[in-house]
Amino acid sequence: MENLVQEAIQNVNMQAIMPSLVLCVFGMVLLMVSVFSKRGNTTHVAWLSIAALVITGFVTLSGWNNPQGGFADSVLFDNFATFFSMICIIAAGLTILMSDDYLKREGSPVGEYYPLILFTTAGAMWMASGTDLMTIFLGLEVLSISLYVLAGFFRDQTRSNEAGLKYFFLGAFSTGFLLYGVALLYGVTGTTKIQGIAAYVQANPDSAMNTMFIAGGLLLLVGFLFKIAAAPFHMWTPDVYQGAPTPITAFMSAGPKAAAFAALMRVTIVGLDGLQSELTSLFWVLAVLTMTVGNFIALSQKDLKRMLAYSSISHAGYAMVGLVAWNAVGLSAILFYMLVYTFMNMGAFAVLVLIGKKGEDNLTLDGVAGLGYKKPILGIALTIFLFSLMGLPPTAGFTAKFYIFAGAIKAGYIWLAVLGVLNSAVSLYYYLRIMVQMYFKDPEEDFAWVKINVPTAISIAISVVGVLYLGIVPGAVMNLAKLAGF
Amino acid sequence: MTADSSLQFPLLSLLLWLPILGALLCLLWYKAPAASRWIALGTSTAVFVLSLVAGLYSTGSAGWFLYEDASWIEHFGIRYTLGMDGISLLLIILTAFLQLVAVVISWDQDKFSALFFALILVLGTGIMGVFLALDLILFYLFWELMLIPMFFLIGVWGYKRKVYAAVKFFLFTLAGSLCLLLAVISLHLLHGEQTGVYTFALEALQQTRLSFSQEMLFYLCFMAAFAVKVPIFPFHSWLPDAHTEAPVAASVDLAGLLLKTGVYGMIRFAFPLFPHAAEKSLPVLAVLALIGLFYAAWIAYLQTDIKRIVAYSSISHLGFVLLGLAAWNQTAWEGSLLLMINHGVTTGALFIAIALIHKRTGTREIAKLGGIWKSQPNLAAFFLLFSLASLGLPGLANFSGEILILIGTFSSNAVWAIFAVGGVLFSAAYILRMVQGTIWGPCCEPFDKQDLGGREWLVLIPLAVLVVILGCYPQPLLDSLREPVSFMLRQGGQP
Repeated sequence: MENLVQEAIQNVNMQAIMPSLVLCVFGMVLLMVSVFSKRGNTTHVAWLSIAALVITGFVTLSGWNNPQGGFADSVLFDNFATFFSMICIIAAGLTILMSDDYLKREGSPVGEYYPLILFTTAGAMWMASGTDLMTIFLGLEVLSISLYVLAGFFRDQTRSNEAGLKYFFLGAFSTGFLLYGVALLYGVTGTTKIQGIAAYVQANPDSAMNTMFIAGGLLLLVGFLFKIAAAPFHMWTPDVYQGAPTPITAFMSAGPKAAAFAALMRVTIVGLDGLQSELTSLFWVLAVLTMTVGNFIALSQKDLKRMLAYSSISHAGYAMVGLVAWNAVGLSAILFYMLVYTFMNMGAFAVLVLIGKKGEDNLTLDGVAGLGYKKPILGIALTIFLFSLMGLPPTAGFTAKFYIFAGAIKAGYIWLAVLGVLNSAVSLYYYLRIMVQMYFKDPEEDFAWVKINVPTAISIAISVVGVLYLGIVPGAVMNLAKLAGF
Repeated sequence: MTADSSLQFPLLSLLLWLPILGALLCLLWYKAPAASRWIALGTSTAVFVLSLVAGLYSTGSAGWFLYEDASWIEHFGIRYTLGMDGISLLLIILTAFLQLVAVVISWDQDKFSALFFALILVLGTGIMGVFLALDLILFYLFWELMLIPMFFLIGVWGYKRKVYAAVKFFLFTLAGSLCLLLAVISLHLLHGEQTGVYTFALEALQQTRLSFSQEMLFYLCFMAAFAVKVPIFPFHSWLPDAHTEAPVAASVDLAGLLLKTGVYGMIRFAFPLFPHAAEKSLPVLAVLALIGLFYAAWIAYLQTDIKRIVAYSSISHLGFVLLGLAAWNQTAWEGSLLLMINHGVTTGALFIAIALIHKRTGTREIAKLGGIWKSQPNLAAFFLLFSLASLGLPGLANFSGEILILIGTFSSNAVWAIFAVGGVLFSAAYILRMVQGTIWGPCCEPFDKQDLGGREWLVLIPLAVLVVILGCYPQPLLDSLREPVSFMLRQGGQP
């Protein structure tokens, strides 16, 4: 152990953790700022957090094409990590933009909210850049603990409490599984480094028959699959997504999910490359199961947040198709998909944030009847996001799905692509239901309570631009995604 | 095959994107309904003029006389490639014309009129894009783009069962197009593996070496998309609902244009890409065409709503078009394409006449209608003219196409032709029943005794003139079709 510490100290490379370091420092400073601020006034904290994210974004981007490793090979901030970190930063930024007025409306403007989002983002970055299972675990814990608090942030609301508690208990179990998996793998291979595990698998081709190794690997996967809400580990999603504050729901569905995908990809594709055939068949089943479960249950949902929760499960399934493909196209496709999903899903949630009344009991299918006429601009924005979630051109949802399925077909998984496309066809129905309510039903309410505030409007505008830009001229970002693969 | 595209004025792009520009302007002035009307009228007039200008470049030979090509998404080899030959020229002119008609006929649309006209214009871009695109992904993009405005046009401005009709239309057509997308991606990758060039260009993909079973599979996927749109017999059930519930402008676009995109997709993409599979499928297509022809005619005869009768008559006529394609010879193909144009004009005109009757009587039920000839003789005369054209009366529009199809089919398979002649008889039955119940008979009391107004004359006269011209002198159209059709038939190989 002492040797490990020594080695780590010798390998200090602050460059490799600079982005997350900046975020953490900002987070701590902002915690103090909010302590000394007047209660109920959090707007300046929100804007400072945005500034922190912008600075972090620049620091992160400056590392593009300049991979930095360090701390005894436990961190590697390469293009892959940069890309995923940027997704998390964008997700966090959009979340904060839509949060301020939301918190005031719901009556809980507490300053800790924003630093917690920054800590979550820092955790996500460690997950994306970790090359040692312990680093990834550390990131996962920082991310999860902040999220538990955020999910249960409205402590006087039953549903929010339920969300926080449920997420905490199930999340704690899943982290337990993950840690147990790490321990077993360490027992077999004698290392927690992903490269070390890869070397072990290379040297022992029969490791697929080693019960302890398999058990460890599977437990590890359970931890990640829980976080990306893949079936059959998705049960927490609907309740938590429905009960959590809406901006946090949006954030959970984009940032942390992307980070979990990043860690999953690095662990499986770098560390367990030797077990490709076993893992791809596992992911094949999981991908189909996840998208089918998500889509079919979403069909019968009436609550919009719950519907989008199931939709987000199904989108995790689509993204996993890229993992099954296990080739360069598939990997870049996941990167691209997570970015696109961030824009389209967070945009949709931002619209929901605006049209909810206090307590958000009106966020149901019937509650949006005639929205398209009373609030035409919000209606058009939500329509664009829904078309993108469906995967129709010329939105980004189309290019992203195209990328994913092209990767699968290229790797020879025609049936998987067929099932994915069939699933998209099923998903049309519930997205259409929202649009039918918005445009084909006569308005029952006047939506007079909808006050469009500037920050939320900015987050919606950014999402619309993102969805259309990545849908019409995706070339530049696709190239970045290609460069960000391993 | 490709014309020199350098330093050419981008006429096709202008044609394509002008309506989108108009749509954006409409939305900008959404607070002033009158402005959006005039913008829509101005845009569609300009597009119509441009489409005629494009006709001036026509050379009469096969190949693209207008061609544009630019790089778009290099990552996948997706290009922005547009091309116009004699076939697409005619369909583009038809589109531009019907779009103009649709705008004028919806002039007093006062429910969210800015959105309405914007959607009509976007629909125009989608349809023209389908007729011009030569890159399969670009084609798919426009193919889906047609869907969205139509969904809203039916759902927002439709009649009683609009939600049901709109959702059904959307789900049917999208399910078909997803099959198309899968096949396109697979074909692209297969071609890339063989040649190392990853492209979606139609001409390049035609060179892909495919085993027969692969070809058949891809062909079926393509046809799934096109068959729903045409619609070919078992996939037709969305059409009567969509047509009946749609507002008049959308009905005109649906029957006049959207159905044609399916047939166009077959002759431009499905047949040339997969000639062997196409060849094997011809008898099946012919049988489905004949079933559609008779079945739809029979159902049309049993309908009580005159708009539904015309909707079913569309399925029946498209069965005729399909039969001509299945006959696979020059005469039949020219007839099919001509009938597409004719059907676009006559059915569009019929839908307009029905809408005018509906506006005056408040009903479309045969049982409640009657005696229009007495109360509104001018309107009744137009309705009669269009009905007779739809029935296939010699000298009027549909006849010229149908006779060519029959002649062509006779030379390749006499049995099919004999059956098809029976179909003409069937269509006479339901059309005459409709005319009889509407124009003659006991007079129903229209609450609006007004005969045609100025704007209505303005729409109906050009349509009537076209119906007569297309029936008596279709030669210029046939001239434009001849070389491209014979080129396509050679390309597909003679079965």
